Amino acid sequence: MAIKTLLIANRGEIAVRIIRAAKSLGIKTVQVYSEADENMLAVKLADQAICIGPASAAQSYLNHDAIISAAKDAGADAIHPGYGFLSENANFVRAVANAGLIFVGPDADLIEKMGNKIAARQTAMKAGVAVVPGSDGAISDLDEAVRVANEIGYPVMIKAAAGGGGRGIRIADDEASLRRLAPQAQAEAVSAFGDGSYYLEYVVVNARHIEVQVMGDGKSAVHFFERECSLQRRRQKIWEEAPSATLDEATRQELCQSAVKLTRDIGYVGAGTVEYLYEESTGRFFFIEMNTRIQVEHPVTEAITGYDLVAEMIRIAGGAPLSVSQDDIKINGHSIEVRINAENPLMHFLPSPGVITTLSCAHAPEVRFDHFLYEGYTIPPFYDSLLGKLIVHGNNRDEAIAAMHQALENTTISGIETTIPLLIALAKDNEVKAGQVHTGWLEHWLEHNIEKIKP
Amino acid sequence: MTDIQSPLPGTFYLTPSPGEPAYKSKGDTVSEGDVIGLIEVMKTFIEVKATDAGTFDSYVVENEQPVQAGQVIAKLS
Repeated sequence: MAIKTLLIANRGEIAVRIIRAAKSLGIKTVQVYSEADENMLAVKLADQAICIGPASAAQSYLNHDAIISAAKDAGADAIHPGYGFLSENANFVRAVANAGLIFVGPDADLIEKMGNKIAARQTAMKAGVAVVPGSDGAISDLDEAVRVANEIGYPVMIKAAAGGGGRGIRIADDEASLRRLAPQAQAEAVSAFGDGSYYLEYVVVNARHIEVQVMGDGKSAVHFFERECSLQRRRQKIWEEAPSATLDEATRQELCQSAVKLTRDIGYVGAGTVEYLYEESTGRFFFIEMNTRIQVEHPVTEAITGYDLVAEMIRIAGGAPLSVSQDDIKINGHSIEVRINAENPLMHFLPSPGVITTLSCAHAPEVRFDHFLYEGYTIPPFYDSLLGKLIVHGNNRDEAIAAMHQALENTTISGIETTIPLLIALAKDNEVKAGQVHTGWLEHWLEHNIEKIKP
Repeated sequence: MTDIQSPLPGTFYLTPSPGEPAYKSKGDTVSEGDVIGLIEVMKTFIEVKATDAGTFDSYVVENEQPVQAGQVIAKLS
């Protein structure tokens, strides 16, 4: 029962991307939109568009009933959630199933399992995937803490068991500092929460963020190799690459095999991403979470493997088996994606909604621009600041960086402020060129290199 | 009467967080720079500050109402 009519429960660039994939499969598209999004590109491109509520996402893109009613009214047989919004909301997925509709993604139980940090960690351990080492339970005795810390290795993070929001977290570099800091953490936790017990967790210093793209059909699973997304600001990725510049071939195989084993073990259906922290100094990697949806940065994987991941996940949701086997999937060259946001990098990333007065972008075979812009379009202030993603492909990483620099120089978005000046500065940076980055690198760079961003 | 305008487009909030009282109510003394509300723009919250001193009269938009840049959101007397 292949999908005939697909409702897109999202907005912005990903809605445009999903419509393109659906059209390539001959599927009719229904785009839902809020009152603030009447003029967005996906509304114009879809075969049908239905307004589902006011600007506020809570009343529109997060409104389960409005979306399911729209799907029924339009005669849609499936709903694609994109990323964000309802893409990992198990209650919504259950409601979609109860309404007799297909959700493009895994079922509610799987989303719940992988969405819960503790359950996901246990599932990963059961599949033999390394997780960030930590104490099994809460500790309240100092000698016990020292014994556990020796097992997991330093540095260790001391976290109050009853705490939350990062309060009372301390990092001990060795046994002496653990013996000094743990009692402080304990005393603070007693006075703040009435419970002095704490957890210990290994700290991956200068961690790199590496993730594996996976796809499953419930019976079998494949990986499409890894992406590296170490350039982040406030945990938001802004520059993503495939493959990772830092992995050797043996580690790459080990990492990708661990992700595909986890995916197969849980009977995963659809597109997913298994995220890891990679410790460059030791070559170790640790599972952090699995995202049960298509991700913003999926195009770099498409660029190096040649597969359309969004089309594949739609086919699988319609009941088809995986169309590809592991041996068919090869890495060709190197790809980079940057996120162009409506923010002013020279004014603390102040959001900049408004009218796009001119738009011109690079047209070259190695360049792809996934966006939802057109001249005269007003970017509304109600949603996130992502305007689009510029993706380039090169024979190797150096060529890809050069192509990205050129593509950014050839892209003009006027009328609003964008992060293009920051991205150009990064494309010219020697440490970026050398691949010497980690998840804390960009925030440190921004503190010392703001003059390198030319407006 | 002095108007206080929103510096940016977005969603206006009268209260620091849900369930709390509004930043200002009628008759409150307002000093220049006092926070009188929040604007949520692209998932970022920005404080709206009084550009003049005076006595608070009223909000002229509702909590969680979409506003335009330059739109009057409150009045001082």
